Amino acid sequence: MKVKRPLQNIITGLLLAITIPTSADLLDVEKDTLKFGFIKLTDCAPIVIAKEKGFFDDEGLSVTVEAQGNWKELLNRVITGDLDGAHMLAGQPIGATVGFGTQADIVTAYNLDYNGNGITVSNEIWKQMKPSVPKGPDGKPIHPITADSLKPIVDRAVAASNKLKMGMVFPVSTHNYEIRYWLASAGIKPGFYFDPSTGQVDVPGFLNGDVELSVTPPPQMPQTLEQGTIVGYCVGEPWNQQAVAKGIGVPVTTNYDVWKNNPEKVFGVSKEWADANPNTWIAVTKALIRAGHWLDASPENRVEAAKILSQPNYVGAPFDVISSSMTGTFEFEKGDKREMPDFNVFFRYNASYPYYSDCVWFLTQMVRWGQIPEQQTDSFFESMAKKIYHPDVYLSAVEELIDDGEFTEEDFAEAFAAKESGGYKPPTTDFIDGKSYDGTRPNEYIKSFEIGLK
Amino acid sequence: MNEAVIDSPANTPETDSGEGKRRFVYNPNRVAHTLNKLGLGYFSPFARLIGKDEPAKQVREIANNTILPILAFSVFIGFWAVTARLVKTDSVQIPTPHQSWYALTGVAIPGLSHPFPESIEGLEAPYFVENEGLDPKSINGFSVAEEVSEGKYIESQQERVDKYLDRAREAEAEGDSAKAEKYRENAEMFASKSYQANKTFYDQIWISLLTILIGFSIATLVAVPLGVLCGISPKFNTAVNPLIQLFKPVSPLAWFPIVFVLTTWGIDTPPSDSIWQRALWTSAGVVMLCSLWPTLINTAVGVASVDQDHLNVAKVLKLGWFKRIWKIVLPASLPMIFTGLRLSIGVGWMVLIAADMMAQNQGLGKFVWDMYQNGDTMSTAQIIVAVFVIGAVGFFLDRIMLVFQRLVTFEEQNV
Repeated sequence: MKVKRPLQNIITGLLLAITIPTSADLLDVEKDTLKFGFIKLTDCAPIVIAKEKGFFDDEGLSVTVEAQGNWKELLNRVITGDLDGAHMLAGQPIGATVGFGTQADIVTAYNLDYNGNGITVSNEIWKQMKPSVPKGPDGKPIHPITADSLKPIVDRAVAASNKLKMGMVFPVSTHNYEIRYWLASAGIKPGFYFDPSTGQVDVPGFLNGDVELSVTPPPQMPQTLEQGTIVGYCVGEPWNQQAVAKGIGVPVTTNYDVWKNNPEKVFGVSKEWADANPNTWIAVTKALIRAGHWLDASPENRVEAAKILSQPNYVGAPFDVISSSMTGTFEFEKGDKREMPDFNVFFRYNASYPYYSDCVWFLTQMVRWGQIPEQQTDSFFESMAKKIYHPDVYLSAVEELIDDGEFTEEDFAEAFAAKESGGYKPPTTDFIDGKSYDGTRPNEYIKSFEIGLK
Repeated sequence: MNEAVIDSPANTPETDSGEGKRRFVYNPNRVAHTLNKLGLGYFSPFARLIGKDEPAKQVREIANNTILPILAFSVFIGFWAVTARLVKTDSVQIPTPHQSWYALTGVAIPGLSHPFPESIEGLEAPYFVENEGLDPKSINGFSVAEEVSEGKYIESQQERVDKYLDRAREAEAEGDSAKAEKYRENAEMFASKSYQANKTFYDQIWISLLTILIGFSIATLVAVPLGVLCGISPKFNTAVNPLIQLFKPVSPLAWFPIVFVLTTWGIDTPPSDSIWQRALWTSAGVVMLCSLWPTLINTAVGVASVDQDHLNVAKVLKLGWFKRIWKIVLPASLPMIFTGLRLSIGVGWMVLIAADMMAQNQGLGKFVWDMYQNGDTMSTAQIIVAVFVIGAVGFFLDRIMLVFQRLVTFEEQNV
């Protein structure tokens, strides 16, 4: 009997190795009770789903998820440590790190989603724009609608020295750069944060502009539009669909048309937190990856997600308003509902991978509009991107998940390819103005704009 | 000041001097008087009625006290219902009374049409059924939904524990006892976890009460000593009066950023599941700064107007400074101090809602803010419910302070 033991062990060991997928051990997390913040927008979905589907629990993390009043408050609470991490605008960790607004080192290893924003104008403006918008044979406007049809209205308003006021959600938000990109591509100057000829700095970003873009928290956009304080806005879902549902405005374009598959929100943590809790960071990223994958796995999951998000403690908007964009349709004018399968992308196209080139794009726009007043060398962009974006953590989480047997290597083929190519996306021209963007040559891109600081 | 009418000791006993010695006799006047003192003046006619003290008059009074407010409330509800129909924009409307009722209970009033016909669509099974027929977006429905989620959590927790125990057993079979030990530890870790509940409306009421309790207590601890100093020393009063006048009218919204800096600097980050969140301290700090002033000023006035005879007695008895304050000045100015405290708690409660909104403290203010942001048809109706609850709690707090105020007001001749 004694002699047989080792053999028996070997055999059982082999059998186990064959029958049961190799299971990696749980990570030894440094902190297991966590609180994450979010803003009431559908793209907080991966965080909410990771909580509701028990993905955080599977990692041994007890997580509470708490709605925050506005982006500024959310960022403050991440910096002070009241929140362990949060749903952040992609520009927020970057803006904080370069010191535009609040200075703090914020890092990210997880991109929450691609796309998901829209630009909505008030009924009044749409009435004026509509006649000059090109239409298809069915009489419906051809998308993407450019700002060309808005240009005469803006010019009239400037001549009457009563500039149009529009809303965006935060100075370093994707929305701010997108609505600026959209306006500038039609020759409308959206206003600068810095004037190199005089050296003047303007915090609201109104300098030499044809329109005035100001900050409004996303959930208040529809109300502010209805009250007439602003005549248009760029915001994430469900607040464009809300405007349609309530008949107070018309979405004219989505950010998918401004820049196809653009990074939108990230999961940000403070550098201090990340340094103190490296394993927790990987564990959280694992749960988020599973949530992102779940969200993109089937249309049924999207419906279920919309139901969860419509709970009052999450996004809280009506189910049909949330489900519209979450399930891949987008309603422009009332009744003009179009298929937009890529309106919200959480995992497909390697969407959750934190590409350096995405970070660099935001930096180029910060330079373009004067949020970063000096021109920078290409190496500045690279070093900043490497400081803020952490694909290494993402890849560690991926490897853990593969070890757990949850996923296979093929599921993450694109992530491994991205690692091979140095973390940059290949150059793309998927912009509304057709400009070519190569993340490794940011200055060339900045110089290609007609409107913008160079 | 309508309690002056209802609660005034106008019906003070005239005839109890003779009966006072017979202890076990029910004395309607005395009971009625005690009720008045406790701020329950509404019930004193009932007490008199039981004691058969002018029954006809008591019945009339009860009828008045009951029917008139009900009448006024009905008129208010009617006015509200009509306004709700008239005030409508494209996107918002004032919720009707029925909608507000539904937003609280999650059930429509039988016989009336559904107050939110458009929202039923999104509530198909299983989510709706799991909540026992309550609309999960309503206040009560959400509380029930939370219980359901907790039940589900406990199930999945058991699965996790079992999974790791299985792994431990497998590792044992493999002879890898170190690994087995590790898996067993993991299983224990999972078993020790508890559900991270979402805050329900009822939790938020408690958090608000806790916040005001803290803010108000600190305000009292600061304001009473300062007020006493102001009252006994005219020089000190002259020195600090400009500061008091300067800070008294400042809005809570202006204090918030300053308190935020202070709490961020002075308080260590608490664990995420602790109730003592920094936001709670920030909110309490704002409440404290705003509710300080009425107590301070009333204390100062109370102390300054202590009867000269009392002070002369203190002089005759050669009481020391501290004793004089403790034995003479404070007791004599208690009625004024408590008047100040009652005003303070009113101000504090009013300020708290704004402070919660700013600080993101999980109280009623946060509830109102979140509902405002939700943009669902039912969320405005929930704000109306919150308005009633805020009013009711404020009234309740005021009543408590009123009782204290009455207890320290000297009416020995009646007791």
